[in-house]
Amino acid sequence: MGVELSTTRLEDAAKWAKQSKLEQATNWGRKFSLFTYPFVTACCGMEFMSVAGPKYDIARFGAEFPRFSPRQSDLLMVVGTVTEKQGPALKRVFDQMAEPKWVIAFGVCASTGGFYQNYSAMPGCDQVIPVDVYIPGCPPRPEQVLDAMIMLMERVQSGRGHSQLRLKRESIIASAAEEG
Amino acid sequence: MSQKVLDALKAVHGAAVERTASAHGDEIAWIKRDNLLAVATWLRDDAAMAFDAPVFCTCIDWLDWHPVGRPPSEGWSEDKPRFTICYQLRSQTHKHRIRLEVELPEHDARCPSLAELWGAFNWQERETFDMYGIRFEGHPDLRRIYMYEEFVGYPLRKDYPKEKRQPLVRRDDLPINPMKAEHK
Repeated sequence: MGVELSTTRLEDAAKWAKQSKLEQATNWGRKFSLFTYPFVTACCGMEFMSVAGPKYDIARFGAEFPRFSPRQSDLLMVVGTVTEKQGPALKRVFDQMAEPKWVIAFGVCASTGGFYQNYSAMPGCDQVIPVDVYIPGCPPRPEQVLDAMIMLMERVQSGRGHSQLRLKRESIIASAAEEG
Repeated sequence: MSQKVLDALKAVHGAAVERTASAHGDEIAWIKRDNLLAVATWLRDDAAMAFDAPVFCTCIDWLDWHPVGRPPSEGWSEDKPRFTICYQLRSQTHKHRIRLEVELPEHDARCPSLAELWGAFNWQERETFDMYGIRFEGHPDLRRIYMYEEFVGYPLRKDYPKEKRQPLVRRDDLPINPMKAEHK
């Protein structure tokens, strides 16, 4: 893809330092107001409800409302097995979300297909859409989901989300084209 | 348990029954394909039979195994049955049940539809068509029910490759993209 994806915290800090004050402030706002769109297809949905409920309470991190319209949300949670038949629907939901947007693959089926290695199950939703954070587990514990949430928030703050990197790359290409 | 059903069936439709079996409380009658509709209609409408509850309809793919009741010495031939269609029926009034089985060869995998007799077989026959490619003749709406229209082949047949996928959509930037010709 031509875009480097750094993984260590030190590199994160370096990127964080490169951002302008406006970007820092914008990303700070974004990371505490993630609106989730739960694309719930299977049993992991129970675990998502537990995370969203009062005991684990994902609202502590600003991801308060599950929005049931992709146009109002910026975090797509793919919760459960995705079949090949659902692929076009998933892609359409992702395309309808407003930029910038992030994706969490919730559970092992959404990440890799899990134990469904057959004619109907898609081997991971990253075959169709770019995924920012993968959560293993069948189903994952709510603590894992919250951990992934924190990881995603760091990623949003440092501007390393897939759509953030793409937007930045596109703006660089556009400005280079303007300069000639 | 329901031996009297088998006896009555053989008495009335003796020519249509290839053979019968009875195991673990289940009575099975192998029916010739051309007579299936007549036998099923009689089972539903006769007062002493009154099979009013369809339980399931499915298919068995034997591939090159030897179906029950056929000697191993028979060997493989084109007309040897590969598929067995099972119709499990139950009577709520008389509390008895029976399974009708029809054997089909691979090159001629069609079977009369019982969807007009019992409406519950409508979707089950569509499922059997979707997964095994059995053509149910006389079915009101024989389409795929689980898989998408673009799907080629019948996934539960024993010769369908185990992990063969037929994706509808993929990202453009995948290193190995099954949608692209050079990766197929």
